[in-house]
Amino acid sequence: MTVKTLFDKIWDAHVVKKVEGGPNVLYIDRHLIHEVTSPVAFLGLKNRGLKVLRPEKTTATPDHNVPTINQHLSVKDELSRHQLEMLKTNCTENGIVHHDLGTEGHGVVHIIGPEMGLTQPGMTIVCGDSHTSTHGAFGAIAFGIGTSEVEMVFASQCIMQPKPKKMKITVNGTLAKGVTAKDIALYIISKISTSGGTGHFIEYTGSAITGLSMEGRMTLCNLSIECGARGGMIAPDEITFEYVKGREFAPKGADWDKAVAKWKELKTDDDAVFDTELIYDAADIEPMITFGTNPGMGIGISKNIPTTEGMEGSDKSSFEKSLQYMGFGAGDKIEGKPVDYVFLGSCTNGRIEDFREFTEFVKGKKKAPNITAWLVPGSKQVENQIRAEGLISILEDAGFQLRQPGCSACLAMNDDKIPAGKYSVSTSNRNFEGRQGPGARTLLASPITAAAAAISGVISDPRK
Amino acid sequence: MAYDKFTKITSPAVPLPIENVDTDQIIPARFLKAIERKGFGDNLFRDWRYEKDGSPKSDFPLNNNIYSGKILVAGKNFGSGSSREHAAWAIYDYGFRVVVSSFFADIFKGNALNNGLLPVVVTPEFLQKIFTTIEKDVNTTFEVDLEKQIFTISATNDTIDFEINSYKKHCLQNGLDDIDYLVDMKEEIAAFEKDN
Ligand code: SF4
Repeated sequence: MTVKTLFDKIWDAHVVKKVEGGPNVLYIDRHLIHEVTSPVAFLGLKNRGLKVLRPEKTTATPDHNVPTINQHLSVKDELSRHQLEMLKTNCTENGIVHHDLGTEGHGVVHIIGPEMGLTQPGMTIVCGDSHTSTHGAFGAIAFGIGTSEVEMVFASQCIMQPKPKKMKITVNGTLAKGVTAKDIALYIISKISTSGGTGHFIEYTGSAITGLSMEGRMTLCNLSIECGARGGMIAPDEITFEYVKGREFAPKGADWDKAVAKWKELKTDDDAVFDTELIYDAADIEPMITFGTNPGMGIGISKNIPTTEGMEGSDKSSFEKSLQYMGFGAGDKIEGKPVDYVFLGSCTNGRIEDFREFTEFVKGKKKAPNITAWLVPGSKQVENQIRAEGLISILEDAGFQLRQPGCSACLAMNDDKIPAGKYSVSTSNRNFEGRQGPGARTLLASPITAAAAAISGVISDPRK
Repeated sequence: MAYDKFTKITSPAVPLPIENVDTDQIIPARFLKAIERKGFGDNLFRDWRYEKDGSPKSDFPLNNNIYSGKILVAGKNFGSGSSREHAAWAIYDYGFRVVVSSFFADIFKGNALNNGLLPVVVTPEFLQKIFTTIEKDVNTTFEVDLEKQIFTISATNDTIDFEINSYKKHCLQNGLDDIDYLVDMKEEIAAFEKDN
């Protein structure tokens, strides 16, 4: 028997055909869709006179566009409303389950998948959204696709993809207090840059990784795409099974035992070879924050913004352009920099543990008066749990309010836009120019670091 | 989605010597509310191209009418970030048929190929040569020969081979897309489902 990586095992089991001189035809177990990247695909399908081939393998929810207040009212923005209506109509016409705004199943697509048990080990999962990599936390192959590919899955339940290369990232050791999965991810991206993972699929291993909760694993895998990788995955273990067990779409009874027996085989064989291997030590990681306009421009919070020493040509000019956009100087200390907005949410950090960590930090303190804080749960279930666990009153006592689920300021397609020139400490995943609104300046960080900024009113080290 | 067949293109090029151009810059999220694939070219590089009041920024290459052509030449790591295919649509809709860079993000590359837009990867040195050639003469032309997989700087006859897998090449040359191919595989797919 040939030795295989975890990735190989799942990929190879889903190849329907290898096209001569071309990609593999890959079977897709789970397709998640939302309002932004699906309408053109539905239209294409209709124009070909086709219907969705396997509607039961597709699940829909509107998230990118939705308002995060007054969701019971009709959506004000006409274009958004139209897109939301199109999703609903297209789902009805094709027999796809649609978790509409305000319903118990609603939320950001990458939050509701795992929550409902739609995400399971060994699956191939795609969605027209790059952060589909989130689901890799369960030992699944999950990646973002373009709209043409959404149409392919609709038409055939398959896509055509060349098999990517394999990368192994090991993080050993124990994380220090105040250091989270988000910090591991930002640390790795700062080391290998936003293109370091291009062409690869990552498997994360090591004691610092297996020590993470499912939610932490999702945060880490979510950010795999930000180093350019197609996705990231973690071999399933007892923590995974425990999380999946009992969820709505998880196998039940004898099927459960059978599934777990199969899932236990999902690990990389001892002698399997990766194209690239990287090893890090958890002890080297401190709370991270970004200072520039891509997720690779991150530093430990106690550090200074790098200088341009040793940079040349376009590297240097890109760096300078980035700092100019941010209004920062090379060599500046990041701690103490001004903050105007704090955003807790997104498919990176909009789960219940993120809200617990944030709440734990702000408990008994008061939000700084200069800060506008947007706390956006990733799903209706998260929102319900925040209330059920009593986090809501702690947050309100500290001067915070809770909004309703959606992508919100992660990409600012709705009204949650950071004004031009303002600084936002954000738990989301992208600090590109204008990502949180035209001219907005984003600093990516963990929920704990975001909480520290919300309380002190400036960039602060949450460990102090 | 049907697109024009791609064979050979000879054209001047528009330089965009910026690195890490992410898809949020190519087409900002607020323009993704359409339900049809129309008119994205108008908002290509929106926030780099226009001031807030809608007037064009004179220092952005797309607004500088000395530059023209069907080829966009950009700095390394082009198309990173969001998977939005709207980025490829916007570039195509604006009138480009080729994007040249020393490095492309994966999802963007796949999206481009699915939409008749050819991503050409060249070495960093060759990329620099292209920028320098345009700087010397904005009307200088480049030839992209898909059949032979060769990119040529016409003025100097400098050439470089580029990679593309034979299946995708066939699709581009014939204006075909993957969906036609997959729909034809119906029986094989059904057989796979039965076995698994
Ligand atoms: S929260 Fe942000 S990254 Fe996640 S799906 Fe929504 S827009 Fe995409």
